Amino acid sequence: MTGYRILYVALSLVFCLSCKEEKKNTLTATEVYRNNGIEIPAYDFDGFQPLLNIKDGKVRVINFWATWCKPCVAELPYFEMINKRYPKDQVEVILVSLDLPSNVDGKLIPFVRNQNLESRVLLLDDPDANSWIPKIDKEWSGAIPATIIYKDNKSKFYERSFTYNELEKELSKFDL
Amino acid sequence: MKTLKILVGLALVIAISAFAIEKVSVESTDGGYTVGDVATDFSLKNIDGKMVSLADYDDAEGFIVIFTCNHCPYSVAYEDRIIALDQKYKTKGYPVIAINPNNPKSYPDDSFDNMIVRAEEKGFTFPYLFDDGQKIYPQYGATKTPHVYILEKTNKGNIVRYIGAIDNNYKDAAAATDKYVEDAVDALLSGKEVPVKETKAIGCSIKA
Repeated sequence: MTGYRILYVALSLVFCLSCKEEKKNTLTATEVYRNNGIEIPAYDFDGFQPLLNIKDGKVRVINFWATWCKPCVAELPYFEMINKRYPKDQVEVILVSLDLPSNVDGKLIPFVRNQNLESRVLLLDDPDANSWIPKIDKEWSGAIPATIIYKDNKSKFYERSFTYNELEKELSKFDL
Repeated sequence: MKTLKILVGLALVIAISAFAIEKVSVESTDGGYTVGDVATDFSLKNIDGKMVSLADYDDAEGFIVIFTCNHCPYSVAYEDRIIALDQKYKTKGYPVIAINPNNPKSYPDDSFDNMIVRAEEKGFTFPYLFDDGQKIYPQYGATKTPHVYILEKTNKGNIVRYIGAIDNNYKDAAAATDKYVEDAVDALLSGKEVPVKETKAIGCSIKA
């Protein structure tokens, strides 16, 4: 009987640890840019990082891009399609812009408006990139586009461009 | 009792695997140099129409090779700092050699003619070379602009001593607290080891 008790303790320990991770899903923005009905929050890396660690069973597709990055802009429609086609409670697309803050009003917000982007867009504004790039993935050179797909404890990083089919194929590995 | 051990063991395995993050890197773009490699020389066209090679610099002790371009806001943000680096270190034996690695078919702003225009506007004091056919940057392994390679001239060739960013603040030169390139060249000039040999930075992807 004691054996089962130990087993029970071991198992409940596992569950307790996983509930602890759930706590914080709200991020603290350093600034919020508002223009023509578009609202884009900016985060430093510490403020942004919790977004890479939400364990709620949802798949998050986090794409690093910028308006000046041609291959990024070229693949954005595919991320938008993913965002549209999958149920909101299963897949969330987050577009993390690395535009310079001085270009948010002049370039980023007009872009978001003209392209009618529906995915969540935020600005990662943390100039000490050498300190946070390896925290996203130690293989990342810092070139964009780059994408993370994760669900709970499973996470994959991609320093590459995607087509729609390639994105779906990667998503399918996250047992939706 | 035996079953119990197995069960507890099993529970532990589950516990451990639940927290092991499955991180897999796919399609890493490397290739190219690491610190300590001998860097290739090249013969690339400068904005004045002349061909430039590292071998032309008899008096140099090394080079600050910077892959940069016109269209990239991160490169533009660093232009004044690149000029300052050249002014500070050219006379000490470490001139800046800037190379535009981009294919102008993808980025018309980065055409040879536009390189001439930009260099004049900014008053570049260093050669600004065109990697015609995009052959040199893959050998170095540059993935983005700006991307710096500091080379030390030795009798074995030009050895890569530093790869990475210019400093730790792309937005504001005055707010940069770690000046990686200056620290590296200062160390080389005084015969010391480069303190930080590799850094990461956000930049504009060269591959289009």
